[in-house]
Amino acid sequence: MKLSITIMIVVLIVVFAIAVYVLIKFRRKKGQTDVPEQVEGNFKLEIIWTVIPLILVFILAVPTVQKIFAFGDDHYNEKGSVQVKVTSHQYWWEFEYPQYGVKTAQELVFPTGKNIAFELKTADVLHSFWVPSLSGKMDTNPDGTINRFSFSTDKEGVYRGKCAELCGPSHGLMEFKVKAVNPDSFDKWVAAMKAPAVLPKDQALAETFKKSCLSCHAVGDQGGPVAPNLTGIGSRESVAGILLNEGQDGGKPVKENLKTWLEDPQAVKPGNKMPAPKDLGLTDEQIDGIADYLANYKLNY
Amino acid sequence: MAHAHSVKRHKGLMDWLTTVDHKKIAILYLLAGGLFFGIGGIEAVLIRLQLIKPMNDFVSAQTFNELITMHGTTMIFLGVMPVIFALMNAVIPLQIGARDVAFPFLNSLGFWTFLFGGLLLNLSWIMGGAPDAGWTSYTPLSTTTYSTTHGVDFYTVGLQIAGLGTLIGGINFLATIITMRAPGMSFMRMPMFTWTSFITSAMILFAFPAITVGLVLLSFDRILGANFFEVSNGGNPVLWQHIFWIFGHPEVYILILPAFGVISEVIPTFARKRLFGYSSMVFATILIAFLGFMVWAHHMFTTGLGPVANALFSIATMLIAVPTGIKIFNWLFTMWGGQIRFTSPNLFAIGFIPTFVMGGVTGVMLASAPADFQFHDTYFVVAHFHYVIVGGLVSGLLSGLHYWWPKMFGRMLNESLGKLSFWFFIIGFHLTFFVQHFLGLMGMQRRVFTYLPNQGFDTLNMVSTVGAILMGIGILFFLINAIVTAFKPKGVADDPWEDGRTLEWAIPSPPPEYNFKQIPLVRGIDALWKEKMAGNKGMTPAEPLGPIHMPSPTILPFVMSVGIFIAGLGFMFSKEDFSNSFMSLIFNNWIVVIIGLLITFGSMLLRSLYDDHGWHIEVEELDEEGVKA
Repeated sequence: MKLSITIMIVVLIVVFAIAVYVLIKFRRKKGQTDVPEQVEGNFKLEIIWTVIPLILVFILAVPTVQKIFAFGDDHYNEKGSVQVKVTSHQYWWEFEYPQYGVKTAQELVFPTGKNIAFELKTADVLHSFWVPSLSGKMDTNPDGTINRFSFSTDKEGVYRGKCAELCGPSHGLMEFKVKAVNPDSFDKWVAAMKAPAVLPKDQALAETFKKSCLSCHAVGDQGGPVAPNLTGIGSRESVAGILLNEGQDGGKPVKENLKTWLEDPQAVKPGNKMPAPKDLGLTDEQIDGIADYLANYKLNY
Repeated sequence: MAHAHSVKRHKGLMDWLTTVDHKKIAILYLLAGGLFFGIGGIEAVLIRLQLIKPMNDFVSAQTFNELITMHGTTMIFLGVMPVIFALMNAVIPLQIGARDVAFPFLNSLGFWTFLFGGLLLNLSWIMGGAPDAGWTSYTPLSTTTYSTTHGVDFYTVGLQIAGLGTLIGGINFLATIITMRAPGMSFMRMPMFTWTSFITSAMILFAFPAITVGLVLLSFDRILGANFFEVSNGGNPVLWQHIFWIFGHPEVYILILPAFGVISEVIPTFARKRLFGYSSMVFATILIAFLGFMVWAHHMFTTGLGPVANALFSIATMLIAVPTGIKIFNWLFTMWGGQIRFTSPNLFAIGFIPTFVMGGVTGVMLASAPADFQFHDTYFVVAHFHYVIVGGLVSGLLSGLHYWWPKMFGRMLNESLGKLSFWFFIIGFHLTFFVQHFLGLMGMQRRVFTYLPNQGFDTLNMVSTVGAILMGIGILFFLINAIVTAFKPKGVADDPWEDGRTLEWAIPSPPPEYNFKQIPLVRGIDALWKEKMAGNKGMTPAEPLGPIHMPSPTILPFVMSVGIFIAGLGFMFSKEDFSNSFMSLIFNNWIVVIIGLLITFGSMLLRSLYDDHGWHIEVEELDEEGVKA
C-alpha cells in the first residue's frame, strides 16, 4: 500500500509538472498569427510513456499478488487459531466461539498475540465485516458462499467494528466493538460467559424478563438465539453497538443507554426487529428495573 | 420528383414529437438529460446536507437510502448517458460528413424509450417509494423479502425500458459510423470524438444485454416469484453481482470514452495543433474498451472469490492505467509547442486532465486487492469514482457543450459566465471530493445515512458539503448562461472558434436540416484544417448539387414508447392487491400489459405495412434558403 501510494504520488508530480510547464510556456500571445508546427507524434516519446507505466505496473503487481495469496490462506483449522463464527443480522453481529462453546453479540472479545480465524456468514442480507484499524473487510454471504479470513494484533485495546455493505436503513448504525485483551483475561472472560445466568433478584421482575425478553434474547444458559446475547451486557463498551458507554469518547452511563434503547428501539436503529418493550406491555417501572439489572450484569475479566 | 413535398412539415410541439432529425433529437436528449441531471443533483445536495454533521436527522434513514439509490441510478443512466447521446447526435453525422444517422426512425425511438423509462423510474417518488437498495441493487436486499415497496420494481422495469433506448442508440451509431462516412474519410482519418463514440457504441452493444438479462431475472424474482437470487430456494446472490458488474464496469468506460473524445477535439482546436499521436490514441481507446470487459470482478474483491481470481483481476485492472496514461501524455504533448487559448471549453478540458489523473491513480490503488480490502465500500471509493465521473466525465461534457453550443444552437454561450461556472465547478468539486479520500482512509463507509461523532469525520464532512454547494452554484451559472443565450439572436459564423479542424465547422451554425448541401470530399485527417492550410475557402464537394432525400417525420416512435411505458407499469402492478375492483380487474388480469403491448406492436405493424419513402428537397429550394435551419 505504501509502495502504491509512493508510485502514484511520483506519477502525479510528473504529470502535474508537465501540465504546469505547458500551460505557462505555450499560452497564445496577443497578435500571434503564425500557425504552430503540426506535429504528428513522436515514436520514441510514445514508447517511453508506454513502457515506463508498464514497468511501474509490474513493480506494483509482484507484491500485490504475493499479498493476495498470503491473505487468501485459510488458517481456520490451524493449531493455535482462535475460531470465531461471525453471523451478521439486520443490524447486529453475533460472535460464536465454537472451541469454547461461547456465544456473544455486538462485542468481539479476543486474546492478543493469537491468530483469530473468522468464518463469516449472514442470516439475512449481505453485510461486510470490517475492523478498520486491524484489517481489511470481508463480506458476509449466505450459506454456500461462506468466507474465511483471519487477523491478529499484539495491542490490547478497544477498536471500532463496522458494517461495510449497504444492508438497509440502519446500515450506518450497524457498528460493533472489538476488544483485544491479554490471553489471561480472555480465559477469564470465557469462564465468566459460561457461568450460569444471573437473573434479576426481584422475582416478579425476573418473571417479566424471562417472559418478555428471553423468548428471543439469551443470558448465560437461558433464553433463545434469535436476538443478541445479553450475557454481561453491563460491562460492554456500548449498547446496541452505537450507544457508547462511559469510558468511550462522548459515552454515557450504561443504564442511561439501556433505557434510551428500551424506551424506543426504532428511534435508535430504524428498521431493527426488536419490538418496543412498551408494546409488549412493560411498564416504565419494569423497563427501568430491567435496565438497572442489565447495567449491573457485569463480567469480571 | 414523385415524393417532392408530399410530406407535412410539423410546427411547434408536434415538430418535436415527430422529428427524426439528429440535430433536434440531440436537443431533446440534452433537455431530458438536463432534467434528470438536475433531479440527480438535487438528490446529491440533499445527501450532502444530511451528512453535514454527525447524527443529523435532516432526512430519515429510509429516505436517505432512497436518495443515494436514485442519485446513482439517475446520474449514470438518465443524467450523463443522454448528454453523451446529445453530443453524439449533434456532432457525429456532421463530423463524418453525413446528412443524418443511418436509422433516423430508430434514433427517435431510442430517445423516446429512454425518456419514458426514465420517467417511469422517477415516478417511484410519488407512487409509494423510490428504490432503496443502492444503484447496484445487490440481492438479497433488493428482493421482495427485504425491499417490500415497489421501489426496486420501478428500478428494474424503468431501467429495462431506458436501456432499450440506449442499446438502440448504440447500434444506430455503429451503423452510422461504419456506413455513412464521407468519401475519403477512412477509419484512420476519423476525428477522435467519432472514434471514441464508435468504440463506446460497440461497448454498449456488448454490455447492455448483460444488465438487461440481470434486470429481467430480478424482476422475474420479484414479480413472478422466480428464484434466481432467492437463497432459501437455491438462488445465488453472488450471481447478481457478477451480472451487474459485467455490465457495470464496461459502463464506466462507455461513459468516459466520449469524454476522452471531447477532450481530444477541444485541446487541439485551442492549441492550434493537431492531436499528438493520433494512431496511439485510437489504439489506446480500443485497448481500454477491451480491458474494460476483463476487470469486472475488481468490484468484488471482498465478496470472497479467492486469491486466484483476485490476483488476475488486480493485474488486469492495473494494466488499464497504461493506455490511459498514453492518452494523458498525448494531450499534454498536443499542447506542447502550441498556442493555448483559455476559452471556457478549453478551461473545462484543461481542468479535466489533472482531475482525471487523480481519479486514475486512486483507481490503480484500488486495483490492488489487498489494499482494496481497506478501501472497498468506503468514502475512498466514493471519492475515486466521483473524480472519474464528475471531475472527468462531467467536465468533459461541459467542455463539449460549451464547444459545440454555437454549432447546435447558432449562438455563442457567454464566455464570462462560462468561466465563472468553470471556477465554481472545479473548486467546488475538489472541495467536495478531495477530502472524501481521507474520510475513507479514516474508516467512514459509504452509504451511511449518518455517523457517530468523535471519529474525526466532522470537519471533513462539513467541507465536503460546502464544496457540493459551490459545485451546484457552478452548474446554476451554466444553466443561467444557457437561458440568457437562448434569448440572443442567432447568427454565429460557420467556424466561431476560428480554429475548427473538423467537418462540422465547415457548415452553417446551426446546420440546415440536410447538413451538407453537397457531401464533402475528405483529403486527410482534420479535413477542414487541411483545406484551410491549403488556402481553400471550404471543403471540396464530392458530388454535384442535386435533390436531397430526407426521412419523413413520424409520431410512431413516441407512440411505441408510450405503449412500452404502459405495459411496464401494468407488469409492475400485476400482482398488487387493489382495494378498487376495477383496478384489480385491469391489472391482475394483465389487461394493462396487453393494451400497452398492443400499442407498441400495432405501431410496429403500421410501420412495416406502410411504406414511407421520405421526401426530397429540390435544388431550387437549396439555392433559395441556403442557411435556413
